[in-house]
Amino acid sequence: MTFQATGASRREILASVTAAGLTLNFAIAAKAGAQAAGVGALNAFVRVAPDGVVTIMSKNPEIGQGILTSLPMMIAEELDVDWKNVRIEQAPNDPKLYGRQFAGGSLSTPMNWDELRRVGAVARLMLVQAAAQAWNCAPGDCSTEPGNVVHKSGKKRSYGSLALACANIPAPDPKTVTLKDPKAYRIIGKATPQYDTVKIVTGQPLFGIDVKRPGMLYATYAKAPVFGAKVASADLDAAKAVKGVKKAFLVEGTTNLTGLMPGVAVVGDTWWAAKKGRDKAAITWAEHPTGKQSSKAFNARAKELAAGPPQRTARNDGDVEAALKASAKTVEAAYSYPFLHHAPLEPMNTTAEFKDGKLEIWSPTQNPEPGRQLCAQVMKIKPEDITVHMVRCGGGFGRRLSNDYMVEAAWIARETGAPVKLLWTREDDIQHGVYRPAGYHFFRGGVDDKGNLSAWHDHFVTFGEGTAPAGSAGMSATEFPSRFVPNFKMDVSMMPLGVPTGPLRAPGSNALAFVHQSFIDELAHAAGADPLAFQITLLGDQPAVGQAPSVYNAARMVGVLKAVGEMSGWGKTKLPAGEGMGVACYYSHQGYFAEVCHVAVSAAGDVKIKKMWVAADVGRQIVNPHGAMNQVQGAALEGLSHALHQQITIADGHVEQSNFFDYPLLRINEAPPVEVKFVMTDYPPTGLGEPALPPAIPALTNAIFAASGKRVRSLPITKAMLKA
Amino acid sequence: MSYTLNVNGKALSADVDGDTPLLWTLRDALGIRGPKFGCGVAACGACTVHVDGQPQRSCQLPTSAVGAAKISTIEGMAAHPIGKKVQAAWMELDVAQCGYCQPGQIMSATALLAKNPKPTDADIDKAMAGNLCRCATYTRIRAAIKRASGQKEA
Repeated sequence: MTFQATGASRREILASVTAAGLTLNFAIAAKAGAQAAGVGALNAFVRVAPDGVVTIMSKNPEIGQGILTSLPMMIAEELDVDWKNVRIEQAPNDPKLYGRQFAGGSLSTPMNWDELRRVGAVARLMLVQAAAQAWNCAPGDCSTEPGNVVHKSGKKRSYGSLALACANIPAPDPKTVTLKDPKAYRIIGKATPQYDTVKIVTGQPLFGIDVKRPGMLYATYAKAPVFGAKVASADLDAAKAVKGVKKAFLVEGTTNLTGLMPGVAVVGDTWWAAKKGRDKAAITWAEHPTGKQSSKAFNARAKELAAGPPQRTARNDGDVEAALKASAKTVEAAYSYPFLHHAPLEPMNTTAEFKDGKLEIWSPTQNPEPGRQLCAQVMKIKPEDITVHMVRCGGGFGRRLSNDYMVEAAWIARETGAPVKLLWTREDDIQHGVYRPAGYHFFRGGVDDKGNLSAWHDHFVTFGEGTAPAGSAGMSATEFPSRFVPNFKMDVSMMPLGVPTGPLRAPGSNALAFVHQSFIDELAHAAGADPLAFQITLLGDQPAVGQAPSVYNAARMVGVLKAVGEMSGWGKTKLPAGEGMGVACYYSHQGYFAEVCHVAVSAAGDVKIKKMWVAADVGRQIVNPHGAMNQVQGAALEGLSHALHQQITIADGHVEQSNFFDYPLLRINEAPPVEVKFVMTDYPPTGLGEPALPPAIPALTNAIFAASGKRVRSLPITKAMLKA
Repeated sequence: MSYTLNVNGKALSADVDGDTPLLWTLRDALGIRGPKFGCGVAACGACTVHVDGQPQRSCQLPTSAVGAAKISTIEGMAAHPIGKKVQAAWMELDVAQCGYCQPGQIMSATALLAKNPKPTDADIDKAMAGNLCRCATYTRIRAAIKRASGQKEA
């Protein structure tokens, strides 16, 4: 499977979990590979050196979510070693050995939690068996303590002295091994600094942009502002005349907007030389069919579509029209949100080297295997002749699920005949993103005379063609409050789009939480109810509705709502005029989150966010509390950044923004304290990269309403919207 | 043309055009890759270095304008009495997520503490607002600065 062009749905990703399970046996049987003298490779994940140092492979890309540390923690726990003796290496991209290797969907924890503990447990059992053979006793007479096998008589053998002997011991079936009682955990659940922290803090070369190869040159690549437009003319000689420029050439490219687009490559002995050459090339671009599209036209078309009959009805429960007529109060509201860009701080880059028919790539990618397949397909090379090394990513947020920059680097390196590091400018990055799609929701809702939400109608206007939404522009018919409102109708209309779109951290959810949780808040106020109590009543007391992966466990959501209410002093805090608290909750990526925001809004319309509270339920175990807290705080603050600042607009077919002065992100002076509580429930542990983000946005906009009486129905929030 | 720069106490020579921003001379010509490229327009702070002790965005400083100024980068902070403390606080609190902006954050924080050993929250906001953290590790950045300055971490 691939989510190259449009991003995979959660369902597709979850389906691949089963497939990944099959590879575990390969990983465990594989003892070959990098073996230094005396080092025993117990399987594809674990090597033990004679001095007891254990090297553990981390299978997935590190993008700042902390997986380089937390996945090996799972193996180390069951292997029973001291964390201080663990060394971590990024695993090679090898899906046959390691299964799906990607960073997306907050899935690294749920997809690997069971398997990687079993990898560790299998290796531990093999060490026990090796000791039993050496002692000529039954394995049952042996146990382990960190780094040693211990015989019941008290004698010990270090793992380092046993590892080589494991070469002759068959790996036990991972399904049959017994896993530790969580009460005995020494590593999982302990706050553990991330493995690279010293290197990060001392500025050591770690990231894609830092890769160096002997004889390496530096490249820039200019593409049309209108997505996919071809080069009309370019003064390549002028580019080549710049000191240090080695090559300048056209790339014909393809029509895939997340693949190799047409453009002009300039290669130099420093990146600055290459960039100067590019600036001299006076490139002009051909006309393109999408050269007239604009955000203004999309907005106007959305209103037209909303006024007419929907193109299709995705869900129709009960009788919405009758229920609206019978409602004690009704509310009508039009919501919208803009395109967004990821803007990871490390601009897109990749280093590539093509030699003797083989392509070697060092890439900060969230999705290495689809990148390899893309390079193979575009360059007509066999995938087995391509090696992709995963390099630490300076942020990902979904942008690096697409590998456009990887295939560009590969193409330019082959064309150049030398190792090349391609690096985008920030302007390249902001104007050639894979954007969170804009969207429009035209709501009507009603509450009955008891104050309950009785009717909900959404005409969702989005992008797509035929019945297929553009990347990350769809909405599930089970999207909350679907299934919780007796009369519920979801209509959908679509318009075509020539802008590449795809997953941005908590895709879908990062927009839908805003509109749904805001409109629920509007209905709570219409009913004269406390917004938090209204949410709890709406959720009711059913334990769970639906089937995986669209199950919704209302009891877990009620749990976090109650917790965040207590944390924030909801309903008990007397606030001065101009201040208010808002609440929102949202289920995404298998996590249940409720958040409260406290704001002050001035008469001039300035917003000061004073504090955020987050209650999170991701199951029974936090693998690394240190990283978990950082993820939740960062995701909540990113939500505030979306709401306060971020917007991509299209005019004349191209993105109008170009750098951080017109695409601003949240800064430290705007970042409130974020208090986090993990509510522990007896469910399998799930991921934390994403689910804290979505409810932060409506918690803020609902707080703004409480503080000022101004209802925010489109993002980003502007001062003009809130002026008294 | 060849420029000799004083970087982290060493004289280093680079053969680059004079208009080359210091950032690229450090990274591509001298192999000093701690300072990071984020925006190229002094809007993110990832490339922050010290020029005679003052924090500056190296993406905006032409190599020809550096002259005899003393340049310090993140690689030189282990030998800087305040920089060392700031790095230690960053490690103790494990501030980073992706880590890409952190060299720039540490350079700005070190320059702040050199001028103002006990900064208030408002001082921190003012000195650090030029350094973006896309992962939004601001809570820990603030706490680490407080810790490095021996103040209570709120």
